[in-house]
Amino acid sequence: MEIQMKLNGKPVSGHVADDTSLLTFVRDQGCLSVKCGCETSCCGLCTVFLDDVPVLSCSVPAARAQGRNVTTLEGLREEAYDFAGFIADQGADQCGFCNPGTVMNAIALFRENPDPTEEEVREYLAGNLCRCSGYEGQQRGIMRFLEWRKSQ
Amino acid sequence: MLTFNKYERPGSLEEAWTLNKKKSARLAAGTMWMRMGNGQIGTLIDLCGLGLDQIEETEDAFRIGAMVPLRRLETWEPFVRYTNGAVKEALRHIVGVQFRNGATVGGSIWGRFGFSDVITLFLAMETTVELYCGPEEGTETMTLDDFVQAGQDQPKGAVLTRIIVRKEQATFDYRSVRRTATDFPMLTEAAAKLDNGEWRFAVGARPGIAVRAEMEQGLVTENSMGEIITAMCQNIETGTNMRGSAEYRTHLMGVLLERSIRKLMNKSGEESARCQ
Repeated sequence: MEIQMKLNGKPVSGHVADDTSLLTFVRDQGCLSVKCGCETSCCGLCTVFLDDVPVLSCSVPAARAQGRNVTTLEGLREEAYDFAGFIADQGADQCGFCNPGTVMNAIALFRENPDPTEEEVREYLAGNLCRCSGYEGQQRGIMRFLEWRKSQ
Repeated sequence: MLTFNKYERPGSLEEAWTLNKKKSARLAAGTMWMRMGNGQIGTLIDLCGLGLDQIEETEDAFRIGAMVPLRRLETWEPFVRYTNGAVKEALRHIVGVQFRNGATVGGSIWGRFGFSDVITLFLAMETTVELYCGPEEGTETMTLDDFVQAGQDQPKGAVLTRIIVRKEQATFDYRSVRRTATDFPMLTEAAAKLDNGEWRFAVGARPGIAVRAEMEQGLVTENSMGEIITAMCQNIETGTNMRGSAEYRTHLMGVLLERSIRKLMNKSGEESARCQ
């Protein structure tokens, strides 16, 4: 089937099998930050925005995104730049595999709730799994980023 | 992994119903759990084009479209207010925000999953489901309790369109126990205290599907609470799986029921030995 959508603000199209997932489609379009980490819809690594709402692209048929706006980390470089630095400063990323999904979902959180509490951060990011850390580094990085942003 | 040969997005309920008559066709809501199955699907019928993603509040009911994502329901203030936050508590532990932006209310109910927080929550309310049964039979409604007991994929061929919660003068409470955050629950429990003195309870993830218990006016009092909880723990069957034993689940049931009753009676802080 023929699919068209806006990917990171640019119109894209492709001929795909009907059961292609949105994850596979965006990766085929060169958005390699989006990865499949678990195959069970629970790790958050494949997070993309579908019309600005964070979803698991592994679980969305690409056909459902027909005519809609899809955003990946490749399209959010500017918004992610400062924040990712705070995560790195805390040494939170060890292997770094989970980072794109975590950054995407953190951006979704900041857009929805610009001043979250620690508990709200923890709850919003509960669907982003990291198998290296105990999440403490990410949590510290996020809280410091928020403090820094308030001081700007 | 979800594989299918053909993707269809019908523009009307009749079209969806007709497509669904084919044996190899499957209706698709959020596709969050469906993607993990191994079944051979000929045509995937995506219900996302039918306008079923709306929530309406009328004078006497909430009409929740089957395609409303769980996340929208848990953040929709009128329903959060009506349930005293119980809807938020029921849904916030389900995997993660991104998952709940995909998973739908209808999919969660149609699946009749034993672990369903969603079914447990709605069973504690006066809930009916609306089903489209084809151009001749039209739309039918049945109570959620009857729907759940009808078993998987029944009534055959129907399309679940809405979940309707009749407004009551009531307060609600929801609790669950998980071995770890975002895991399937080991036990779920919801309680409703009606202003007329009646009570309604639902217990799920037993690990079987949630069941409902109703208490007549005046039956649940501070003095009778202990006996009623003991009776419920004896009558509501629990089982053993990798998340917990039947015995442990029955113990948890007593604790959660007591905490809900105390909270809804405004008697927290005086728990019995059962909860220690």
